[in-house]
Amino acid sequence: MQIELVKRPDHSKLMAIASPFLAIGLTVFFGAILFAATGHNPLRALYFYFIEPLTAAWSLEELVSKATPLVLIGVGLAVCFMSNTWNIGAEGQYTFGAIAGSIIPVYFWEWNSFLVLPMMMIMGMIGGAAYASIPAFLKNRFGTNEILTSLMLVYVAGLFLDWLVRGPWRDPGGYNFPESRDFTEASILPSLTGNGAMHWGAVFALVAVIAMAVMLGKSLKGFEVRVLGQSARAGAFAGFSRKKMVYFAFMLSGALAGLAGIATVSGTVQQLQPVISPGYGFTAIIVAFLGRLNPIGVLIAGLMLALTYLGGEAAQVTMGISDKLARVFQGMLLFFVLGCDTLILYKLRIVRSHGPHAPLALHENLKPAEEAL
Amino acid sequence: MFEAILLTVITAATPLMIAAVGELVVERSGVLNLGVEGMMIMGAVMGFAGAQWTGSAYAGILIGTLSGAAFSMLFAFLTLTLVANQVATGLALTLLGLGLSGMIGEAFVGQPGIKLTAIDIPVLSDIPFFGPVLFGQDLIVYASFALIIGVAWFLFKTRGGLTLRGVGDNHTSAHSLGISVIKVRYLAVLFGGACAGLAGSQLSVVYTPQWVENMTAGRGWIALALVVFASWRPWRIVAGAYLFGAVTIAQFHAQAIGLKIPSQLLSSLPYLATILVLVLISRNRRLTLINTPAALGKPFVAER
Repeated sequence: MQIELVKRPDHSKLMAIASPFLAIGLTVFFGAILFAATGHNPLRALYFYFIEPLTAAWSLEELVSKATPLVLIGVGLAVCFMSNTWNIGAEGQYTFGAIAGSIIPVYFWEWNSFLVLPMMMIMGMIGGAAYASIPAFLKNRFGTNEILTSLMLVYVAGLFLDWLVRGPWRDPGGYNFPESRDFTEASILPSLTGNGAMHWGAVFALVAVIAMAVMLGKSLKGFEVRVLGQSARAGAFAGFSRKKMVYFAFMLSGALAGLAGIATVSGTVQQLQPVISPGYGFTAIIVAFLGRLNPIGVLIAGLMLALTYLGGEAAQVTMGISDKLARVFQGMLLFFVLGCDTLILYKLRIVRSHGPHAPLALHENLKPAEEAL
Repeated sequence: MFEAILLTVITAATPLMIAAVGELVVERSGVLNLGVEGMMIMGAVMGFAGAQWTGSAYAGILIGTLSGAAFSMLFAFLTLTLVANQVATGLALTLLGLGLSGMIGEAFVGQPGIKLTAIDIPVLSDIPFFGPVLFGQDLIVYASFALIIGVAWFLFKTRGGLTLRGVGDNHTSAHSLGISVIKVRYLAVLFGGACAGLAGSQLSVVYTPQWVENMTAGRGWIALALVVFASWRPWRIVAGAYLFGAVTIAQFHAQAIGLKIPSQLLSSLPYLATILVLVLISRNRRLTLINTPAALGKPFVAER
């Protein structure tokens, strides 16, 4: 027995919408098996994972605050991946954006003005974009593989942050803890509900989603992203520059990752610490693919993956299930998404042996007629 | 002093060399598996677990190797059978591996491991300097060189190697010659997975005999960079791996002699060196273009 792929005459519109849901369904199914295998009641575990966090106002706010960085980074990565540019280092750009944006609250903590927050956000975006421009420059100038360089820079950014909070940026009144000074009122992104976890970063994420949807759907730049993503040669004929696109894709996704970094540090953590992200930059890769590289899809996918973080915490507290399971869920989800996406372009056919080539070809010729019916 | 440093460099270089030579075979067959880090960490956790369960370091290494190979089959099924995007699937393999290993390894955190003992070849290992360096190593070090020799011989001196390279350079032609492209690639990915698993178990059974979450610390990615550095030639992997082993070890010695450099800067040296090396090698466009397998990363669906 073997699985064979039969190319569909056209993209399946049904599968394009159904494949993420199919992937989520498969993840939940295998998740249940995993729970059962580790000696937990699967239904109870699934309830705590995926339903319970949605039943209280405070945890819904938590959900949004965790989805905020995922959506911000994911929507940038969606544009990046669509243009066939592989920025894998969003985690590093997130960190660097957080560092750049924190310059004001660390050095000028006494400065109290309504200008502080906008400047922090802008500096965060600049920091992220600047850090992302390194792999873009190396790719354009020397032809260096951007996947590897952007990823290496993640480790470097993490170590740089570690050095800052243990060294020059350590809080002088912080009993030697590796933390920066606490952010003051003027440098904390206000909560949207007065005192809940949901902060203004959520608004930035929504604006970013709308801006990217308009850019991709309505503007020439969006067309350029798509054409160069499909074929660099075709893009060249249209007069689009591949090199400029590499810069654009990297710096756009870097700026959004940087904004995610400073928004999370300012709105949630409220100081710099050695670790300021539970892997948002990598999880956002899953978000981008689960959202089918579509900004609205990314928004939904970001909420979905935020739920795995939150559900992981809930299941650990209530049932003693390892919080590591959340990352297993996330990894499985990406696998199933990629597998199910095959169904958009191909039909699967299970054949007993590799024998009957001729009848198969005959059958294939008939397919357009079949489809028309 | 020099002898002691060299011995630690060998230990640090070995996992890079093994993982890189495995990935080299995979890429020579035209497949880009970015999941080396994930397969390595699975090898590390299962190698450690295997040694704990059986009480034998050798059994642990075997289990770690097999786990890496088994884990690579997930990637193979998705990218070869279902023609999913290789870059994205490789990343998925890494993310899943990091998550899964964290979960499996939770029970082992803080437990003392079982270290693989060196093979002490009598008489020869008593030779000053050369003895300990050449004849007092553990099995994995010898295996790493055997792998390089074996892969170099297989790729360039055997019919199977020619087939594999042919598949990697032009899968359509290979297919029309009656070669089963998918089968060759499955085997290559399997070999790469086994190598990554072996490299991972070296980390948890030899290098630092314990389980620490994320203990591969980007070595899988450095191995990927080494393949580019080696421009897909097995022997150059040795040079690259020992260079990186030396950079890794240099940071500990710099700390030991009390250099006033922040430890974080020293720790970031291997990553910065990777970037530097990639830049230097890719500056030479012609060299890279000649050696890159032409079908690298391109999906293949058999036409009928």
